[in-house]
Amino acid sequence: MKTNDVIFQTTTKVVLFIIVMFSIFLFFAGHHNPGGGFIGGLMTSSAIVLLLLAYDIKTVKKILPINFLTLTAVGLMIAVLTGVGSFLFGAPFLSHTFDYFELPLLGETELATAVLFDIGVYLVVVGVTMTIIQTIGESE
Amino acid sequence: MTEISKIIIGYLILQGAFLSIVAAVGLIRLPDPYTRNHAASKSATLGTISVLLGVFLFFWIIDGQINSRVLLGIIFVFMTAPVAGHLIGRAAYNTGVPLWERSIQDDLKKAREREKSRG
Repeated sequence: MKTNDVIFQTTTKVVLFIIVMFSIFLFFAGHHNPGGGFIGGLMTSSAIVLLLLAYDIKTVKKILPINFLTLTAVGLMIAVLTGVGSFLFGAPFLSHTFDYFELPLLGETELATAVLFDIGVYLVVVGVTMTIIQTIGESE
Repeated sequence: MTEISKIIIGYLILQGAFLSIVAAVGLIRLPDPYTRNHAASKSATLGTISVLLGVFLFFWIIDGQINSRVLLGIIFVFMTAPVAGHLIGRAAYNTGVPLWERSIQDDLKKAREREKSRG
């Protein structure tokens, strides 16, 4: 029987943006408030899973042409490189620092190198979760 | 100012708790999945939204901070809970869960039979 998913798909189109926005908010809130790379990555992958539920796997691959295994590798590499980067300043491995900068529109903002490490965690979490779910979904 | 808003906040949270109790009683008392789904998705949604609105007003008026996450939560629950109810009800109908024995009308059954006879 052909299913009619108009209501579900239309709601997904709107709700998806709220979830992705909230996951990015959680990712950047991680330094001073609850949040961080892990929970932000999980929430982003849950948004993609919602897309997978509403549409089929081929459509999602067309919308997001990302190889999630490569994404995991890139995330791991970013995390290691931020650790190696501290050698340039003669500091031990994984030393992090922060400073205040004047940014346009945002004013004085605290920028920390730990965010770069968190980007790596974020990409690894998204990549691993989506790889697990897609391989389970594809095998019949 | 603060006293009136305290009364309003208290009323909103009590209303939300009461509506959640109504939803729970409806889940126990109503006879078939469709009516139970009706009670759960409507009453629990409004109950949750009332509690969240009370929380938002509390932090805004008493503590003086605007928490946009709670507003986003209200919008999110308002949009997704009825859709979840719709999907559960439709999944129940498609897998052949019977209606309450005292139900009178089933228009979807007629439509499905017409579709089947047409091919």
